[in-house]
Amino acid sequence: MANLTLRNLVKTYDKTEVLHGIDLEVQDGEFVVFVGPSGCGKSTTLRLIAGLEEVSAGTIEIAGRMVNNLEPKHRDIAMVFQNYAIYPHMSVRKNIGFGLRTAKMSKADKEARIDEVAGILDMTDLLERKPNQLSGGQRQRVAIGRAMVRDPAVFLFDEPLSNLDAQLRTQMRLEIKKLHQRVGNTIVFVTHDQVEAMTMADRIVIMKDGYIQQVGTPSEVYHKPANTFVARFIGAPSMNMLPGKSAHGGVDLQIGTRAPVKSSAKAEQSVVLGVRPDDLTPVDDNPLIEGVVTVLEPLGPETLIYVDTAYGEIIAKADGRNPPGVGSTVRLGAAAQNLHVFDAETGVALS
Amino acid sequence: MAAVDTIRPTANAVLTTQAPKKPANMGQIIRWLLLFAGGILMVMPIAYMLSTSLKWPHEVYNVNLIPVEPTIENYTYVLEDGRFFGWFINSLIIAIATTISNILFDSLVGYTLCKFRFPGRYIVFIAILSTLMIPTEMLVIPWYLMSQQFGWLDSYWGIMFPGMMTAFGTFLMKQFFETVPDDFIEAARIDGLNELQIWWTVAMPLVKPALAALAIFVFLGNWTAFIWPLIVTNSVEMYTLPVGLSSFGDEADVAWELIMTGAAISTLPTLVVFLIFQRFIIRGVVMAGLKG
Repeated sequence: MANLTLRNLVKTYDKTEVLHGIDLEVQDGEFVVFVGPSGCGKSTTLRLIAGLEEVSAGTIEIAGRMVNNLEPKHRDIAMVFQNYAIYPHMSVRKNIGFGLRTAKMSKADKEARIDEVAGILDMTDLLERKPNQLSGGQRQRVAIGRAMVRDPAVFLFDEPLSNLDAQLRTQMRLEIKKLHQRVGNTIVFVTHDQVEAMTMADRIVIMKDGYIQQVGTPSEVYHKPANTFVARFIGAPSMNMLPGKSAHGGVDLQIGTRAPVKSSAKAEQSVVLGVRPDDLTPVDDNPLIEGVVTVLEPLGPETLIYVDTAYGEIIAKADGRNPPGVGSTVRLGAAAQNLHVFDAETGVALS
Repeated sequence: MAAVDTIRPTANAVLTTQAPKKPANMGQIIRWLLLFAGGILMVMPIAYMLSTSLKWPHEVYNVNLIPVEPTIENYTYVLEDGRFFGWFINSLIIAIATTISNILFDSLVGYTLCKFRFPGRYIVFIAILSTLMIPTEMLVIPWYLMSQQFGWLDSYWGIMFPGMMTAFGTFLMKQFFETVPDDFIEAARIDGLNELQIWWTVAMPLVKPALAALAIFVFLGNWTAFIWPLIVTNSVEMYTLPVGLSSFGDEADVAWELIMTGAAISTLPTLVVFLIFQRFIIRGVVMAGLKG
């Protein structure tokens, strides 16, 4: 069982605290993605797990064993770095086999293991090449191979796809996901790209300023964001935020319309009504808001419309075949179950 | 049609080769002249060295570049003189040993200063750098006294010890290790290597061009070193090549033809070293360009 447990994990540099007590339980075989903007502490957390940084307070347990004071090599982890960190002076075979240097295995067993990993990653033909003869995607696979070869309890990925172009990134995303389904190791993956997080994760950990904002499945964090930060960070384009006041049976927007949404807000409490562009569409009856279309972004099946409203610019979705014209006035509405209510001051969800 | 097709390329080729050249402007002409003058300045001493080594003693003070009666007598004399071979071996041992020592220790210290965070790191670095500002001439007397105390006079160790590690080499290696991303080192750490193994198997191969440059500098520096070997050696057997060659002359007469012959022979190892390591330097530059 390769559980990973973080308890009240704190990291300080000099006197600045950058992680403020992270608590997390990662189950055996789970694919967990840490996501957040730059400086949120996600990479620091990963480096603490790897043992590349010292823990200031709190504990890290891997497979039930406290690893705080263990060297990286004794933690039973492997890491894939952002710039791959494959050694340019070694062939692919040597790079993949590098992690086995210190393993107590016979040479034949090591070679067999390298061949097996190369087979899984479909790079048997590339084994004798040097890294400078490989494409970006192939280099990334070598880096993954080097991590896989030791069959670690936990794989750590530090933004491994950010150096790849868009198409390759999509492809590698799929490959890593398939790989996980196949080998089933526990994976902790760090990214700043919410699409990567949504598409790959069993559970997403959203971080900001050294705090965990929410932990949940992709569906949970998308449909039930814990606060306005998560709501805006997950999903593209970002969720529209409309200030209002809670009232009996809904939320009164400042422009005089009432959104029929249930929430735990007290009467007259200042709230923010969140609605995703995907859920906000032109309607004939009961609009939430209206405004003038300023820009159209056709995406094929649908068109994003940028609408200038009393709240400023908000984004909505219209039919791809028959969108409203630029300059026309549209009335926008959303189904009650797709509306989110947040506390205006704390940003915490009240739905 | 076929005839036209076969003619065309030729016609094109003629056209391109005969394309009117741009007339060289004054700036270019001056640049070439300066380069030419520089080239002559660099080549002349070497040309005279070779020329003098092929002259008879009575012709040495003639400035003619081509000897009137060329002879290889000097080479036969020098090579048959047992002392020359001994000095050659002495120089070779000293230059190779100091080169290896510098490669190992300069890079080890440079790597440590670059990749490890420890209190006093900066002070140590500045202290090492500050030794660059002290000229050798100032140090030879303390070195001599020290050698005398330790009984190192007139020994290989005595000749070598001041150059076993250099501040310049440490500085050069530190700067080069800065270009090695920490990810490589951390990846190796996770893969279970100890710090010494990481330095040797991961970091060192990544700075090969710098090591090659350092090897050339150190080898040449020690091969041509004169003042310190002259001071620290007493017996003719312990002389290095430059010291030995200078002994071909005395107060009354200097056997320039023999000195130049010895010098000509002594340039061979430096050429070999340069040819071996230059390859790494050029490849290093090319690789760095491709990786982007």
